[in-house]
Amino acid sequence: MTTSPDPLFRVSNLNVSYGRVHVLQDVSFEMGVEPLGMVGRNGMGKTTLVNAIAGMLPAQSGSIEFEGRDVANKAPFQVTRAGIGYVPQGRRIFPSLTVHEHLTMVGAKKSARWNPDAIYELFPRLAERKKNGGGALSGGEQQMLAIGRALLTNPRLLVMDEPSEGLAPAVVDHLADVFRRVVSEGQAVLLVEQNLRFAAELCDRILVMVNGRIAADLPAAEIAGDPEVQSRYLGVV
Amino acid sequence: MDQFLLIALNGLTLGAVYFLVASGLTLIFGLMRVITMAHGTSYLLGGYLGYVVARETGNWFLGALGGAVAVGILGLLIHQLLIRRFQDDDMRVALITLGVSLIGTDLMLATFGGTATQVPLPPELQIGLELPGIGQYPLIRLLILAVSIAVGVGLWLFVNRTRFGSIVRAGVDDSQMTSATGINVRVVFALIFVLGSALAGFAGVVGGTLFPLLPGQDGTYLLFSLVVVIVGGMGSIPGAAIGAALVGLISQFSLVFAPTYSLVLTFALMVVVLAFRPQGILGRRTATA
Repeated sequence: MTTSPDPLFRVSNLNVSYGRVHVLQDVSFEMGVEPLGMVGRNGMGKTTLVNAIAGMLPAQSGSIEFEGRDVANKAPFQVTRAGIGYVPQGRRIFPSLTVHEHLTMVGAKKSARWNPDAIYELFPRLAERKKNGGGALSGGEQQMLAIGRALLTNPRLLVMDEPSEGLAPAVVDHLADVFRRVVSEGQAVLLVEQNLRFAAELCDRILVMVNGRIAADLPAAEIAGDPEVQSRYLGVV
Repeated sequence: MDQFLLIALNGLTLGAVYFLVASGLTLIFGLMRVITMAHGTSYLLGGYLGYVVARETGNWFLGALGGAVAVGILGLLIHQLLIRRFQDDDMRVALITLGVSLIGTDLMLATFGGTATQVPLPPELQIGLELPGIGQYPLIRLLILAVSIAVGVGLWLFVNRTRFGSIVRAGVDDSQMTSATGINVRVVFALIFVLGSALAGFAGVVGGTLFPLLPGQDGTYLLFSLVVVIVGGMGSIPGAAIGAALVGLISQFSLVFAPTYSLVLTFALMVVVLAFRPQGILGRRTATA
């Protein structure tokens, strides 16, 4: 793996366990502002990695450096304030809040790139559902809201955990358009996905996670066009 | 008819005091799910402190402010030093706060004695108001009813119409995810605990103006505010208002028509509500137990 002098984001020798199960084993990778995809089958440790990055799981050893600062073992709000936005698996929308309250509670400044109006402009569907409760939204709308909520922290790195999970193909296409638009503005994104096609379509570089280790670091074109590589790492054709 | 209206008004004004105590508990216990057994202690301590301040300064409003602020600060200390690290362990929090209430009860008995005291009221408020159908009615009771309605409306707006209120509700739904939006949820919860305690302290001053302050009332008010919160629905401010009005009315009417069963009827209300609406009158059904 090549080591650039100061990447935006660098994970080094990260080890994370759930009780006695050693889930992440010496995970190391780094990325700049170009979107990076990470794929792997269920149970390979992808969400564990995201949770450790977001400050929701402690790291036993290793570091998570963002813009030169170690954010490992920080509380979630400290990670977010450091500049990492988090779109969780399963969206984790607040059932007691309306769509609009989700967007205003984050407290984005009016002058910032992402404020509630900018989110409504990015997702017009959310503007139509402004007064609806979080629990009354469809899966796609919840995902839009989760992405909007993370963007409102005006992150310099956006970490998304399985955004396409359980969504209809048309909704996934819409999210892909939004993703490209955000990336074209220079937004750095780490996209963790089980859906290889979705990840390969959006990111030029793909990491493959197998059994808690980074098993491969490949150009997207290589993995997307090679069934043999896919079956080796992902067990799917 | 006159008597009926009088009892109803007495019930509602008693309910107003119950509501003030229970509004703090519905924030701490109903919304944040922190089981505090020291809420009645906050009430009684607030009453005693308000009594001391009002007696020394001759100003009732300073007494009310002093009672609320002092109990709020004490709540902050209890939360930071004793509760915070066990926040997710209900049984420990219940036992710790029970310990605080036992110590508080004895300290108050040692400091303020066992005889009844009452927060002094300025003479200009010690007047009656001529009400149609009732006759002379103490102005202070009507003022307290108005104050508690104002507190209720203010709290409801605060929780449902402000950014801070959204954060509190989000924190209750999913505190980790709320933290991941860049908000320090622990600070938010500490502030809510302070607010809930301060409301109990304020309620103590108000209640101690209408009724004498006595040892043992800490337990009584804890019990009644728990009934109000459970009957009204956990975390619901309008629910607490309805619950408090019902408990106040039942206790006053039963005192007149069936004095032997006064306490029984109050708990019968809770049994009936829980039998038909386990989540309380305005409570939301939650998936998790």
